[in-house]
Amino acid sequence: MTPELGQLALILALLLALAQGILPLIGAWRGSRALMAVARPAAAGQAVFVALSFLILVWAFLHFDFSVRYVAENSNLELPWYYRIAATWGAHEGSLLLWILILNLWTVALAIFGRNLPEAFAARVLGVMGLISVGFLSFTLFTSDPFARLLPSPMNGADLNPVLQDPGMTFHPPMLYMGYVGFSVAFAFAIAALLGGSMEPSWVRQARPWTNAAWGFLSCGIVAGSWWAYSELGWGGWWFWDPVENASFMPWLVGTALIHAQAITEKRGSLRAWTILLSIFAFSLSLLGTFLVRSGLLTSVHAFASDPRRGLYILCYLAVVVGGSLLLYALRAPKVMGGKPFAVVSRETAMLIGNLMFTVAAAMVMLGTLFPLIGDALHMGRISVGPPYFGLLFPLLMTPVVLLLPLGPYLRWGKGGSGLLKGVLLRCGIAAVACALVAAFFVHGRPRAIMGVAAAVWVAAGVVLYVIRRWREMPRGRRYPAEMAGMLLAHFGVAVFLIGVLLSESLSVTRDVRMSPGDVQTIGGYQFRFDGIKQTLGPNWHAEQATVVVSRDGKPFTVMHPQKRTYPHDQVQTESAVDPGITRDLYVALGEPMDAGNVHGAWGLRVYYKPFVRWIWGGGLFMMLGGFVAAFDRRFRYRRATATEPAADTTPAAAPREAGA
Amino acid sequence: MNPTRQRRLILVVLILAAVAVAVGLTVFALSRNMNYLFTPSQVEAGKAHEYRTFRLGGMVKAGSIRHDAHSLMVHFTVVDAGGAMPVDYDGILPDLFRANQAVIATGHMDGSHFVATQVLAKHDATYMPQELKDAMAKAHAGKHIAGSAAMEKTP
Repeated sequence: MTPELGQLALILALLLALAQGILPLIGAWRGSRALMAVARPAAAGQAVFVALSFLILVWAFLHFDFSVRYVAENSNLELPWYYRIAATWGAHEGSLLLWILILNLWTVALAIFGRNLPEAFAARVLGVMGLISVGFLSFTLFTSDPFARLLPSPMNGADLNPVLQDPGMTFHPPMLYMGYVGFSVAFAFAIAALLGGSMEPSWVRQARPWTNAAWGFLSCGIVAGSWWAYSELGWGGWWFWDPVENASFMPWLVGTALIHAQAITEKRGSLRAWTILLSIFAFSLSLLGTFLVRSGLLTSVHAFASDPRRGLYILCYLAVVVGGSLLLYALRAPKVMGGKPFAVVSRETAMLIGNLMFTVAAAMVMLGTLFPLIGDALHMGRISVGPPYFGLLFPLLMTPVVLLLPLGPYLRWGKGGSGLLKGVLLRCGIAAVACALVAAFFVHGRPRAIMGVAAAVWVAAGVVLYVIRRWREMPRGRRYPAEMAGMLLAHFGVAVFLIGVLLSESLSVTRDVRMSPGDVQTIGGYQFRFDGIKQTLGPNWHAEQATVVVSRDGKPFTVMHPQKRTYPHDQVQTESAVDPGITRDLYVALGEPMDAGNVHGAWGLRVYYKPFVRWIWGGGLFMMLGGFVAAFDRRFRYRRATATEPAADTTPAAAPREAGA
Repeated sequence: MNPTRQRRLILVVLILAAVAVAVGLTVFALSRNMNYLFTPSQVEAGKAHEYRTFRLGGMVKAGSIRHDAHSLMVHFTVVDAGGAMPVDYDGILPDLFRANQAVIATGHMDGSHFVATQVLAKHDATYMPQELKDAMAKAHAGKHIAGSAAMEKTP
């Protein structure tokens, strides 16, 4: 009976979403305050019902309700409770429900904190959020019902894909979805501005914390995913340019461009149309990301079962959202444009170049990711695009960004020429060259490692110099407002990330070896001795566990225990052993027994020495932190006197076109 | 030409140049890194002739997996309904690699052998790469045919 309640709750949520999506938009158009006032209660009610249905699904997992098909397919009696909760979003139907839940959380937060927005604008924003929700709720209800019954119900369920049974997995999808869905706020703002025919910088100011927070969540989700791939897939890689990784990376790239474009629009009033366009792109790519992963459109490690009805629905939905918003943009963008001119050497130009690079990079990634689909449609045969395509183009596109990054804060808005610039260039340059020269001795002259050190020092020196400058010149308490602190943190994160990527890529020692018990391999100054295999048991798996004794200079250093787990239904999963460190990771993964009948004989092992690999995720976490810190700037909470005037600008023509920044 | 126009012209020329470079590089990178997928019978028919690197997809023939005695080198045969291709791979096979399961290997031909640099296996009990399914459906082969009938054809 309970699962049916969940379904009923979803249906009620859909009805409320329809109300939230249609009535306030009509209200804002006709100037009816009563209709506009529907938005907030409808959003709240919808959130309650969605949360209810999500909890019912969690409940079904916790109580082994195998009469629900989704539960039976993704859990069993042996699965520990924490993975049963995570299994809620472990496959297509549940992850859609999670998406909707998160969308509702964002909508409710927006309804609460967006009270100082003009009434008509707020109604439009919430209306657009409601329409997005309608799309997802009907997709769930009509094609991917998580509460569908399986009768007669089986005694035991199948299993959660063992690849997903990892702590990293429990929070990777929710974080990612927080990011994806977070961009819907910027999207809703953009569409509302287009509908209303005007865009005030003060509204962009209101949108900024949401976008920054969304970007922070997305960064966190990507870092978690990358970490999970590193520790769980057993290859020791952290990024594979896999379609699913690209799916989350594209919105991140456009989102990065967006948070910078929003800053320009808010502070200077310029580039409004560009900001709106980026908002549309960021959210469209988030949608594409959600669907690419879950629809099985592309061949990938992550793709789940595909169903032609779903594919068709997704295509229609994407066409409506992307096509509709671009059409609206084409019709209305000329009305919202405006801004101030800026000189060639100015902060705007630097940020615009960065914007361009990020957008082009996103387009490049998209081309590589969707190329197999294009090739298929054109009957060019079954094609896949190899990682070297991305590996060649991405660094090329990001080089100008890295070069410009330390200069940004020193450039002035609008005006050309800055006397400070020369000094900064000189100091950063000297620091980068000096550190690269010193590093050259330590990295055996590997060009990529030297470049990594130079680039990281170049960026970090710029950030540190700016921190010192603010400290000297500004009075106490006004040195680092949250927005600026966030920017500095995120930019510093880029430096950390550069060190991690370039040093670990060029200095890693990766060796796949055949080892019999007692064999020793020396890698990166460490001796790895393979001491054979023992059997171990977990809550829902049994495993062959190896003992690898690591020593350094003859002294014992640590003992590592990589495993080869077997889950129910004979699903095998490698569990690699990692000895973490700030300057290096030691990584051992079990391959396979060389003689299938004799697990106590020789095994294939991956033994890796990965210097500075942790800095990759460290850098990502700094960026995430930057996004969150910037979102909490007090300036964003500042209540403008004009913003509280009721219904003053319900007619588009009355809205001020050129409100100053 | 007044200065504003001149500046705009320079800007437009610069943007066009950048676009040209970007398109050129992209096409170059794409053409160098496109990998086609072929089944053993397609390779035997000479379809993969013109490509140095390609992906070979099919079923791992039962009983064909042989490990080298002193190294990681492993030999196995990939089959589809109409063909079979011996594969050499020096490395560790993925967790889900086993006999009678779908596999996609990236590599190149060396004489009559396919030398793989990467081997991917299907990722759960019900999953088969869609593109592989399509490629094999062309030769109207299901799992069973691939596993048994083709076996008799192999040397």
